[in-house]
Amino acid sequence: MSKKITIEPVTRVEGHGKVTIHLDDNNQVEQSRLHIVEFRGFERFVQGRPYWEAPVLVQRLCGICPVSHHLAAAKALDVIVGAGTGDGLTPTGDKMRRLMHYGQMFQSHVLHFFHLASPDLLFGIDGDPALRNVVGIAIKHKELAVQAVMMRKYGQEIIKATAGKKIHGTGAIPGGINKHLTQAEKDYLLNGDDPMNIDKMIDWSLGALEFFKGYHAQNKDLIDKFAAFPSSHVSLVRKDGAMDLYHGVLRGVDSEGNKVLNDVDYQDYLQYIDEEVKSWSYMKFPYLRSIGKKDGWYRVGPLARMNTCDFIPSPLAQKEFEIFQAYTNGKPNGMSMHMHWARLIEILHSAEMMKELLNDPDLMSGELTVTGTKGREGVGLLEAPRGTLFHHYRINNDDQIEMANLIVSTTNNNTPMNTAVNLAAKQFMNGQAEITEGMMNAVEVAIRAYDPCLSCATHALGKMPLEAIILDANGKELDRKLKNG
Amino acid sequence: MSKILVNINGVDYSAESGKMVLKVANENGIYIPTLCHFEGIKPQGSCRVCTCKIDGRNMTACTTPASHRMVVVTDTAELEKIRATIIELLFAEGNHFCPACERSGNCELQALAYRYKMMVPQFPYLFPAKDLDAKNPKIMIDHNRCILCKRCIRRKLEPDNPSWFVFKNRGNKTQINLDHELTADFDDELAQKAMDTCPVGAIIRKEKGFDVPIGERKYDKNPIGSDIENKGVTS
Repeated sequence: MSKKITIEPVTRVEGHGKVTIHLDDNNQVEQSRLHIVEFRGFERFVQGRPYWEAPVLVQRLCGICPVSHHLAAAKALDVIVGAGTGDGLTPTGDKMRRLMHYGQMFQSHVLHFFHLASPDLLFGIDGDPALRNVVGIAIKHKELAVQAVMMRKYGQEIIKATAGKKIHGTGAIPGGINKHLTQAEKDYLLNGDDPMNIDKMIDWSLGALEFFKGYHAQNKDLIDKFAAFPSSHVSLVRKDGAMDLYHGVLRGVDSEGNKVLNDVDYQDYLQYIDEEVKSWSYMKFPYLRSIGKKDGWYRVGPLARMNTCDFIPSPLAQKEFEIFQAYTNGKPNGMSMHMHWARLIEILHSAEMMKELLNDPDLMSGELTVTGTKGREGVGLLEAPRGTLFHHYRINNDDQIEMANLIVSTTNNNTPMNTAVNLAAKQFMNGQAEITEGMMNAVEVAIRAYDPCLSCATHALGKMPLEAIILDANGKELDRKLKNG
Repeated sequence: MSKILVNINGVDYSAESGKMVLKVANENGIYIPTLCHFEGIKPQGSCRVCTCKIDGRNMTACTTPASHRMVVVTDTAELEKIRATIIELLFAEGNHFCPACERSGNCELQALAYRYKMMVPQFPYLFPAKDLDAKNPKIMIDHNRCILCKRCIRRKLEPDNPSWFVFKNRGNKTQINLDHELTADFDDELAQKAMDTCPVGAIIRKEKGFDVPIGERKYDKNPIGSDIENKGVTS
């Protein structure tokens, strides 16, 4: 079957995605692909730079989750400066970084659920596009919109208190952190005027979960069946199996719950994970070496974390986790739309962890950094909002970075997103020669569930630039629709 | 030293004869921006940022000795435009990526860009291909950020030793060069002194960066020049 795909390199993944859909002779969807035509080059242009610059430099990959890159790079450099592989920092260094990370997780997840995903739920996948966006939420659901803005603000205030500023701070340095939490910052974040305090954030997190569960009860077909498929799942977990978003061992489970990565040390990640390159995307396709290229792909992110961990070490989130797990009788959950549910549980967990840390005296005093015997190579992993994030650096004898390898969360989810897109396309477009706006949005909803960096562009009033080309069996173009950002 | 009267911006100030105009102005709470000037070393007037109207002519305040009844104007729109243009030229001809530079918040060039509200240079960026000299065990020289002010060359880090920095090459290939043999045993104190001499992030200490949090860096709370301007005028 002939086909013609044009890929134009762009510099930012967030704003540019393309979906191509191929039909067979009977106008049935034969193949669909999500093209992310990103080309960033960070791995190349950090080469030659002094290693301690990396956490500040590479965070510029993203404006939504820079903290994740900042901390992953710092963790890799901890290894290089001899500060251990994630557990060798001072209590102050470790806990300040964790607080920063939970603030990041909180604000990013809130942004995704309220600003990006909730319009699809509240107005329907094929709802009026003029309303189906964050402005529509502000008009029709004002309280929810205010809550979304204030929750995000709270997360960013946490980041500011730990990293120095809300976006692209400098808090994490190799071997630790560069500041303590001040009394004023602690008072503001713990007991600030309503609604800017941690108890309100926990209340609102619980409220968001209740909202989702109510919606789920009334829309089981959409939430349970839309773009659902079995897969393996990978994430970090604490050594005792608890959810740990900042540090742990690498665990993978298959669709039946069998361990395919048995709590391995992520310093050796290259032994377990490889990346495949395909001609039609600048994004690589990671897979588990033990299973192979064809079937070794896996999901990362909130859903994967629920599937890999044994429990959540905060009481309210643990209760919700038990409900979540019970829904699939303890089996791994492969429902793409349950990603939203998992994300909301993580919002609650992050809020609980922030409260615990804000009350911890270690944040306000104590040694900030630690150093040891210097090495030349280090790997830093953490669970970013969108999934497992890998940073790997090697330096030369003159302290310059000579090699960098980054596997960002969205890259891990490349095959799963393509699978979800394919399922959504089949569900909504099979037999159709004309694409309606609602069908287009269905494909976006599948992508959006994974909260890829691609969707950063969607943040602009729900208009992710998305191009869909529908071809017949002879490669003749039947229809083309473009949604501009 | 005899006393003289110098008129700066319409006000007569008493000053010691022979003092540079820059110093007289600063002592009287009048800030004149500088980049190549460094307290304690002989001025050379190469960056031209301190250009003032002195007795009707554009002259560098750091190299012009004050004289009796001299008339100095420091802040006309024309002078401010000259200074802003020089700052923009420096940004355009180097590779100054403030977001990832550890001197951000402590950098004189960046602080002046903020003072002059520079958004985008009016000149196209040259993006010159420059490298980084990391051979010394204690300091790195990032030629991307160097503005060739020569402060590191002119300042003796140790009284009895010549400078370890020199210029090499000519024209637009000019760059500072560090004698690696002589500086092989640089200690932390000398490395810090070298870094403090540099107005930008061209000379940086190794294995140490971003350790001062945002909000506590030199120019975070006190923009460049504010220490002088806050002194108040004592005519």
